[in-house]
Amino acid sequence: MSDLLRLATAGSVDDGKSTLVGRLLYDTKSVLADQIDAVTRASVDKGLSTPDLSLLVDGLRAEREQGITIDVAYRYFATPQRSFVLADTPGHVQYTRNTVSGASTAQLVILLVDARKGVIEQTRRHAAVLALLGVPKLVLAVNKIDLVGVDEPSEQAQQAAAAKVFAEISAEFSHLTRTLGWPDEDVLEIPVSALNGDNIATRSDRTPYYSGPSLIEHLESVPVDADNSGEHAVGLRFPVQYVIRPRTPEYPDYRGYAGQIAAGSVAPGDEVVVLPSGIRTTVERIDTPDGELAVAQAGRSVTLILADEVDISRGDTIASPGDAPEPVETFDATVCWLGDKPLRPGARLLLKHGTRTTQAIVGALTERFDEQRLAADPDPETLSLNDIGRISVRVAEPIAADDYRTNRHTGSFLLIDPAGGNTLAAGLVGDALTAVEVGTEA
Amino acid sequence: MWVTRLMTDVFTTERSVGLSDFDTLAALESEAIHIFREVAGEFERPVILFSGGKDSTVLLHLALKAFWPAPLPFALLHVDTGHNLPEVLEFRDHVVEKYGLRLHVASVEDYLADGRLTERPDGIRNPLQTVPLLDAITENRFDAVFGGARRDEERSRAKERIFSLRNAFGQWDPKRQRPELWNLYNGRHAPGEHVRVFPLSNWTELDIWRYIARENVELATIYYAHQRPVYQRDGMWMTPGSWGGARDGEVLETRSVRYRTVGDGSTTGAILSDAADNEAILAEVAASRLTERGATRGDDRVSEAAMEDRKREGYF
Repeated sequence: MSDLLRLATAGSVDDGKSTLVGRLLYDTKSVLADQIDAVTRASVDKGLSTPDLSLLVDGLRAEREQGITIDVAYRYFATPQRSFVLADTPGHVQYTRNTVSGASTAQLVILLVDARKGVIEQTRRHAAVLALLGVPKLVLAVNKIDLVGVDEPSEQAQQAAAAKVFAEISAEFSHLTRTLGWPDEDVLEIPVSALNGDNIATRSDRTPYYSGPSLIEHLESVPVDADNSGEHAVGLRFPVQYVIRPRTPEYPDYRGYAGQIAAGSVAPGDEVVVLPSGIRTTVERIDTPDGELAVAQAGRSVTLILADEVDISRGDTIASPGDAPEPVETFDATVCWLGDKPLRPGARLLLKHGTRTTQAIVGALTERFDEQRLAADPDPETLSLNDIGRISVRVAEPIAADDYRTNRHTGSFLLIDPAGGNTLAAGLVGDALTAVEVGTEA
Repeated sequence: MWVTRLMTDVFTTERSVGLSDFDTLAALESEAIHIFREVAGEFERPVILFSGGKDSTVLLHLALKAFWPAPLPFALLHVDTGHNLPEVLEFRDHVVEKYGLRLHVASVEDYLADGRLTERPDGIRNPLQTVPLLDAITENRFDAVFGGARRDEERSRAKERIFSLRNAFGQWDPKRQRPELWNLYNGRHAPGEHVRVFPLSNWTELDIWRYIARENVELATIYYAHQRPVYQRDGMWMTPGSWGGARDGEVLETRSVRYRTVGDGSTTGAILSDAADNEAILAEVAASRLTERGATRGDDRVSEAAMEDRKREGYF
């Protein structure tokens, strides 16, 4: 089991995400005395009687002014079992691009709903985006469960009301995630109160109808792929980042290909193919400054020494010959459009895939995803900010891409504005969109 | 299906042996090395900001590893406030000598001497670093500037991207940051703009110390407990220097102290400590109830948004 878990939060405005994150930090003792003091002071200044844990995380002036989260923030906490990198993403519709950013590297996402509101449009929208991005594990935190049934005459009646609400929300969410393609074992619903800490660090006796783990217990124990690349492994994928040629008296002829293994593993003696040239050779050695490795797996930055002198440069991919992807110049892809100006057919952009950046022309826009119906409308004229759609792309230099659903690293790309340099789209090679449409895939 | 066959193949042979040693520190190291190599592959003139502190020392250690056995393809840039502790400058020069590096120094003293900057009434030099830093970036046409900032340091830093675009004024606009997706970093920038790059973004203070201990990284001596003359001010133990010393009512006394961060001598304090080696420091950091900045950095106590405001001005 990996001891580092990358996770993200998602949910709509005022569901209490910042409070939940503040609570996670507080309950894992990741907040130190001076930070608590600062939050207590600021809470008193605002006239509050108890410390507002959301102030631990909403750090920008504009966020404190408006009481909302604007941008993705990264938080760090640890328990004896695991270290966590948490991308805390904003819930506002206009910041969906930040949800995409936060979730693109996440192995698990905590989706929040307000127990009093249940699964709403934004929940469905977020779940669809997370399905598209191939987030492996999902937690639905049904927050503010303590506020359900507050008018009931007894504690027992209140718990009964909360149990009913939780069961209804869980059932609706399970149906949604099953439709979007998650197996049941990858999804967990938990009733929580971020404000009071119910079912966050420890199981709460105020939710006797819930028998599962607390949120932190689940985060500590949920199994995830060490290489963060989705469910399906492929053979070696090694995008060449940089050619190391010291030309020093000590290393006059050294020529190493440096990069981070995107998928699979590699060992000395392995036969490999260089893409797009198709030249085959053998791995002679895996070099690191700490010595040679007998094997290196996905996620590790290494330097490969090859048996033959072949022409390889940044942007090429070294792959296992058995399942190497065919380099392509035209392909279909799903994009989350992140640009302020809409995408139109014929747009000339830059495409970054792995370590290769090349010119690209967008061909037809074939579908635009409707999050309401979880289905696609054909032949849109444009894709606007936050739209998800299917496009065809032609590139100037061939790229060695896998289908995104096979591997998140080798199936993803950026579209970049060649003039201003801004990132305009998150791109997913292949039929990713089909997978989140109702009924097209179980 | 071949996928299943391949998985079985990979995970049932002795190859899985390598997986267990790929722990948090190894993952963070690989991520940082990947970032260094991306910048080397895509930028013309990168530079590493080096203060002699533990974070920039770890940053340099990772950079050297990223290009080994080739020489480091970047120079270092030190913004010298003139208020550095002498041990830190000695360490800076020692490191440059040891690895045969190139060092640029942007000196606040020079700017004060010729009137381009004016000393602040409170004598604090940290805010004065911005102008020499930006001038050095412009004059040397640096297009990528590595910094050792970590997102766990402060709330506004928690919002920082790994690749952070800055305009010609060095400004950071938190509302207009580029989305950062997967591990695909977008380094495109217009002439005059530059990109700040933070390979240690995902590290915590404890990760840094665990890594220093594991890799046996050599640090400036002030990080380890030693006897020095200090005086107490605002709850911090300060060292006398060119920036001044004990005032009325403050007593100079020799105590066993160490520094948790390296900063301007006028505003950065030491803590009382007997931790003289990495192991003792690790225990001390793990048990500490104060953040490094809350404990010893006067400049972060100015306001709720002190660091955000400095970043908007072009400071790190």
